[in-house]
Amino acid sequence: MASENAPLLQVKNLRTYFNTPRGTAKAVDGVSFTLERGKTLAIVGESGCGKSMTALSILQLVPEPAGYIEDGRILFEGRDLLDLTWEQMRAVRGKDIAMIFQEPMTSLNPVYTIGYQIREAMLIHGKEAGAAQARALDLLRRVGLSDPEQALRQYPHELSGGMRQRVMIAIALANRPKVLIADEPTTALDVTVQAQILALIRELQEETGMSVLLITHDLGIVAEVADDVCVMYAGQVVESAPTRDLFHDPQHPYTKGLFASLPARNRRGQDLATLEGVVPDSTNWPKACRFAPRCPFRWQECDTIPPIPNPPASDRPVRCHLYNPAIPGRPDASTVRKEEEARGLAVLPSHDDAPAPASQKDAEVGR
Amino acid sequence: MSAGDKTGGANPWELSANGDRPAVRGGSAGTGEVVLSVRNLRKEFPIRKGILGKKAFKVAVEDVSFDIGAGKTLALVGESGSGKSTVGLMLLGLLPVTSGEISFLGRPLSDRSAAERRELRRKMQVVFQDPYASLNARMTVRQALTEGMAVHRLGTPAEREAKAAALLKQVGLAESALDRYPHEFSGGQRQRIAIARALSVDPQFIVLDEPTSALDVSVQSQVLNLLRRLQRERGLTYLFITHNLAVVEYLADEVCVMEAGRIVERGTVDEIFDTPQEAYTRRLLSSIPSLDPSTRRLVGAGTR
Repeated sequence: MASENAPLLQVKNLRTYFNTPRGTAKAVDGVSFTLERGKTLAIVGESGCGKSMTALSILQLVPEPAGYIEDGRILFEGRDLLDLTWEQMRAVRGKDIAMIFQEPMTSLNPVYTIGYQIREAMLIHGKEAGAAQARALDLLRRVGLSDPEQALRQYPHELSGGMRQRVMIAIALANRPKVLIADEPTTALDVTVQAQILALIRELQEETGMSVLLITHDLGIVAEVADDVCVMYAGQVVESAPTRDLFHDPQHPYTKGLFASLPARNRRGQDLATLEGVVPDSTNWPKACRFAPRCPFRWQECDTIPPIPNPPASDRPVRCHLYNPAIPGRPDASTVRKEEEARGLAVLPSHDDAPAPASQKDAEVGR
Repeated sequence: MSAGDKTGGANPWELSANGDRPAVRGGSAGTGEVVLSVRNLRKEFPIRKGILGKKAFKVAVEDVSFDIGAGKTLALVGESGSGKSTVGLMLLGLLPVTSGEISFLGRPLSDRSAAERRELRRKMQVVFQDPYASLNARMTVRQALTEGMAVHRLGTPAEREAKAAALLKQVGLAESALDRYPHEFSGGQRQRIAIARALSVDPQFIVLDEPTSALDVSVQSQVLNLLRRLQRERGLTYLFITHNLAVVEYLADEVCVMEAGRIVERGTVDEIFDTPQEAYTRRLLSSIPSLDPSTRRLVGAGTR
């Protein structure tokens, strides 16, 4: 069963569907990725692309009865979590795999003290009460609360947003999880607090060797902390790569569009690129390429042939016909280049004044 | 009195004698017509202390002064609780001022008659962060867009309707949207409606309070493009309140950095981002995530 050689967490062909009055919403529709030991994998995408549902599916916390996992495998240390009973799954949640959410106020219970809530997380998983108390204090100190003894007796409303998120991290770490799932952990926080929290997660990761699955819409955060990235669009992973490769050479037209739409110093005085149109309805995804209706490179085959996830002309998984020579009607490279330049997709965003050159690759970085 | 050695510009500020003086550079407001001018603005909120309800005050904004030149964008940046939104609300008359002076189009608002003030309020509009909360759910887009014009008695009802339709087109929405309700629109579309509503009474100055913070990046870029285009076409002056420094470095002409109710530093985007003078500004800037994984700033070099 559990094997030391297997990747820590492997999601294979995950499909999470919802029954809605308008039909079946395919929120997560064939998602696969691997989270290695000690690494940080970011899932990035805009609202409605399925990234949070992917995270909730791993812990089997999809809102029921409307939502259900239709298909797929979630292998944790080689063992499929979808085969576990409800009771067995409860032993995994918060112990092997812990999760923190965006809004630390709604994740904490307002009527219990911080100390109670940290101890509870440990008592549920069988820790002895005295040891739990000592560890709670230790955890609060570790996540950087200035007066941990006092914080143990305080209620959530007495703490600031940043402090509450630190408490959430303390609770998540209480049982020394192997995987921390962080769903937009800093979205509600100020940038200076965000920087502290991201640094804290990284430090704790180095200390404990845990892996982090980071769900975010913020490419800046991805650049800062992730080792690898999956870009999601319309329930699918459309591109995945080591972080540096993705940032130096985004390949999928959606990824390029995301980078091009970021406001940045080197874009002053120019219009930002926009992705025309809206994310399609999840009950009725486009039949072939889901990004085709918004894609500047779209041609006939994009609407008839679904793109394969690993096209031969790319060094990475990218769900796009541009990288598949077997698809007829492909525009040639110079046409694509011209189109990219016309749409502002060629210059990567930078906080520096000078434009950053696109497609500079770091040779030493590899998977 | 002048602001002293740090000023250097043609437009010295008057600062109170006691306070710490902000590092002031920039001064593009001094070269053109000044649309909005704020001097020594202060806001206190009463709070009660102890069971006897002893009166006390919390100072939310203290000694805030700045000018905004016509057609320019001044960004007011700072963390939550720094008082930046409070400043915006006071400018709009949505929150009473404790002390200090707000001048709009050359004259202090306090010098004007009530009728004049009402007319000036028309020229100062606002777009808020949350387009779900800022549009009345029971009003159609047509009602939302014509209400302001009716209040200010602009045009005939027919003219207002025609203008509402034209405004929708300007912000990139179809005329068919007029008879729909806010819930039928996405966040980005609602923000366009909120912008159209602000434009309906032909303002010269718009307070933009985190107008893109609730939007996805691809939608944010559309709204930012729209705001830039409208500024070009109509010569609008913006006060852009935000914590998003990437938006500031892209869009603003000048920046005021607020901390704990005070402006600690002011300058052009280049001055603030390239050579910040104050420790707080430097700390704020160093918290911006890098867009390049090989030059990570927050959590050490990207060696892993």
